[in-house]
Amino acid sequence: MLLGRLCEAVGLPGQEGEVRAILREELGGRVDEMRSDTIGNLIVRKGPAGGPRVMLAAHMDEVGFLVSGFTKDGCLRFVKAGGTDDRVILTKPVLVGPQRLPGVIGSRPYHLETDKDREGPVKGDKLCIDIGCTSKEEAERKVKLGDPVVFDTCFAEFGEGYVKGRALDDRIGCAVLAEVLKQDWSVPVWGVFTTQEEIGSRGATIAAYSIQPEMGIALEGTVSADVAGVDNDGLVTEPGKGPAIGIMDSGSIPNRKMLAQVVGLAKQHGVPFQFRRTTSGGNDAGPIQRTQAGAATVTISVPCKNIHSPVAIASMSDFDNCVKLVGLFLKSVEGGFRA
Amino acid sequence: MDSQGFLKAIVEEAGVSGYEGRVGEIVRQAFAGLCDEVREDKLGNVIGLKKGAGSRGGPSVMLAGHMDEVGLMITMIDKRGYLRFSAPGIDPRTLPSQEVVVHAVKDLPGIICVKPPHLLKPEDREKAYKVEDLGIDVGLQEARVRELVNVGDTVTLARKFYNLQGGFVAGKAFDDRAGVAVIHECLLQLARMKHAADVYAVATVQEEVGLRGAAVATYGIVPDIGIAIDVGFGTQPGSDDHREIDLDKGPGLDIGGNIHPKILEALRKVASENGIAYQTVVTPGRSGTDAWSMQVTRAGIPTALISIPNRYMHTSVEVCSMNDIKKAGRLLALFIQTVDRSFVEGLVCC
Amino acid sequence: MKDLIRKFVEAYGPSGYEDKTRAVIQDEVEKYASGISVDVLGNLIALKKGDGTGKKIMIAGHMDEIGVIVLSIDDNGFLRFSNVGGLNPAVVLGQRVVFENGTTGVIGSERVDDLKDLKLEKLFIDIGAKNRQEAEAKVSVGDMAGFHLPMVDLGTRLVSKGMDDRIGCAVMALAMQRMGRTPNDCYFVFTVQEEVGLRGARTSAFAVSPDLGIALDVTRTGDTPKSITMAVGLGKGAAIKVKDASIVVHPKVKNLMTETAKKHGIPYQFEVLEAGGTDSGAIHMTKEGVPSGVISIPTRYIHSQCEMVDLRDVEACVNLLVKILEGPVNL
Repeated sequence: MLLGRLCEAVGLPGQEGEVRAILREELGGRVDEMRSDTIGNLIVRKGPAGGPRVMLAAHMDEVGFLVSGFTKDGCLRFVKAGGTDDRVILTKPVLVGPQRLPGVIGSRPYHLETDKDREGPVKGDKLCIDIGCTSKEEAERKVKLGDPVVFDTCFAEFGEGYVKGRALDDRIGCAVLAEVLKQDWSVPVWGVFTTQEEIGSRGATIAAYSIQPEMGIALEGTVSADVAGVDNDGLVTEPGKGPAIGIMDSGSIPNRKMLAQVVGLAKQHGVPFQFRRTTSGGNDAGPIQRTQAGAATVTISVPCKNIHSPVAIASMSDFDNCVKLVGLFLKSVEGGFRA
Repeated sequence: MDSQGFLKAIVEEAGVSGYEGRVGEIVRQAFAGLCDEVREDKLGNVIGLKKGAGSRGGPSVMLAGHMDEVGLMITMIDKRGYLRFSAPGIDPRTLPSQEVVVHAVKDLPGIICVKPPHLLKPEDREKAYKVEDLGIDVGLQEARVRELVNVGDTVTLARKFYNLQGGFVAGKAFDDRAGVAVIHECLLQLARMKHAADVYAVATVQEEVGLRGAAVATYGIVPDIGIAIDVGFGTQPGSDDHREIDLDKGPGLDIGGNIHPKILEALRKVASENGIAYQTVVTPGRSGTDAWSMQVTRAGIPTALISIPNRYMHTSVEVCSMNDIKKAGRLLALFIQTVDRSFVEGLVCC
Repeated sequence: MKDLIRKFVEAYGPSGYEDKTRAVIQDEVEKYASGISVDVLGNLIALKKGDGTGKKIMIAGHMDEIGVIVLSIDDNGFLRFSNVGGLNPAVVLGQRVVFENGTTGVIGSERVDDLKDLKLEKLFIDIGAKNRQEAEAKVSVGDMAGFHLPMVDLGTRLVSKGMDDRIGCAVMALAMQRMGRTPNDCYFVFTVQEEVGLRGARTSAFAVSPDLGIALDVTRTGDTPKSITMAVGLGKGAAIKVKDASIVVHPKVKNLMTETAKKHGIPYQFEVLEAGGTDSGAIHMTKEGVPSGVISIPTRYIHSQCEMVDLRDVEACVNLLVKILEGPVNL
């Protein structure tokens, strides 16, 4: 399954090559134009060259860590690439470097900590990765500064109709985009698998400038607070209840007409959907909206529980409905769109 | 003028973000002797162009070092003639008893005075000074102050350049006039080399307030490659932060999203082949330097970042090693020699 | 002047939902423009052409005001919300808000024993609905509301929600009315989404590509009891901005404004704002850089429902803007 392959590929911000290769292979021969640029975006056109350009963006990078130093006794110090809460990284196995050396992020034994010690979180900069080396010199021979570190998580089907995996944010968006690009369109659809979203939508900024779209849709694997202990008002999104349409986020407020059109199409065609009920977090729509003289944008996302952690959960029916909803919108702008 | 003399001249001059004119003038004159043309753009960036021997449409490399320094700005003149100020980016604890220069109708020397120990209670001495507690005394009566000083006037820390032991130097504004000195050194080296690429030597403005000068300079130049030279955290006595790099062990070459891996690889290769020691700085996200805004200008510029190790950053006693500065300049010149059309074409990711 | 200001400040228009405000402004300024257009983000661009011998100047004031956006509706008909632009929960508690369709509500709070614990997440909007169904008949998740309070005339001073930045828009409209012949092509851009990141100014400046940028916006004052340290005060004239978090005003633009004010006897004061930004923050970063500045209207109690301006300062700002636009611009 493409989504499974994407979730098991390693692609930290600035190092998305493995993910890009999978997508190139998947889409080769099935699209009208495909190229990369100097920041590593994979830019694909499906549809005619002329007409109102719609840019669809899904990011290939995931959050993780980079090796940033070595301790005297051979452990690896690391820094965050993208935002991960310190509290989810404790006692997890990781894969280090291009050779994917296994390592563990340890924690002090239960017996040696008091209840008072356990009151506060263990800060990331106090942690290190144990790959079994016993000296700095030995570790330096196996691992280089800047090597990527990701959690070792297998992709699998989960529960009924769900999947679990690493990096559903935003490999699920990439999988949605790949499905959309396999279909035929009468408007120029520019699908961009972007880089470095997690450190500031860097790839999208560059791609939007060069494509100059009229419209943009960011396809995300987005936040959900549908976990134990959160009351009904605070769930933000609920996997299984349909793709989540953004109402506002830290980078953009959706274009009113475009938003109304997307919502109208969902209702008209009976596609389940929900609103993303928070204004926190940003995505590639922001830079698309403010590129050059501006564009109309919305965000349509697959809700994922537990993102920015070793493992996340998403619903495959949300995935299918997301592909469907994007498709309905693309069909609806064939005659043009006045924002 | 050699690079140490150039560095001394520019760090001793005043140039707070947005008011870099006086430093810019020194840079302009120095670059004029080493470049084919020098100009100033709309926001005050000083841009020197040293043309390469390549045919028209040859590759271009932009080097950026920022000439603005952190400083103070007058926010109010109080009733006793003391000047209240803002000091973004400066630890207020480094300001008591600091001599300053107020750039008013004319330059006025000033001192940030505080109460002496005799008049302090023990608890007072446990509290850190905040900007709101401080004021600048220029030794004039309020009426005379108001004639000479306006709200909005800039103020720099008064500090001359010091030669310490072993080629180490101290002073204010090495962040990032050390970077501008690296560019100067690079131009000196290039004067004796053949290179195909056009070189844009840019002393940028307003980096400290938002990486602003580099963004507009890059938009105008549209180079094939952009390299920023800024300062990095140098190992300080008593610190055990693993992100620091050592002084006098060679420049830092950053790795991370802001840096194109092929440019980094080429810099490392040139360094190894020419016996120039370097250190690696892991920069996972926003680098906080001109490279960050250069990279996403227009349709994207492949960038790299060189970090000169610097102790006591954003104070008036920053310390760097002249050896690191010279090595970085030489490394850049040798790298520029290797830049041709096919290197640039190879920067598109596959 | 007061009527025009009243029409502008009382209009509904949180960031992204400026349509009603734009209609009010367009109605007022259309007759003074040689060309008028609206772009994809909703910026209103009114051109007053010069005689062709001068520069291209972009004048920007933002139409959007701060507000709230509905995140969820509970079973009892209460609405949870997030902020649009900067909101202080202490200033918002107990206030009236209004939605685009006229639905009005008040902002209430969960039990909070110590004001230090007051956060936006503990607040809700009560539109008087008895249950979810009744609420959903009037509002939806994603709807935005702005503050709801009429302007008050204190004589020389006016108080209203939305002075930020409808007073800037009013200064621009009055300048368009009053200015005479000019060598300069003057693009009066009533921008969108300034409160959420100077977004409208950024894209409109790219399209206009001016030689000079001038924003009209509010700035705070230091003239209330035990206030922050700041030199700006009501009644002391147009504030010529030197710096804020989004821009260090080009010294030549600051000098142009200062010299113009001195030459025409217009009262002025200098302004340094330690936080906050304006549309010029975006304009000056356009393409290869655009020398830009800001004429600020001193305003007390910014980002509350009771922002206060002094009409003498407003008059000074209009005069200063007009004189700059009418003159040759040599930077």
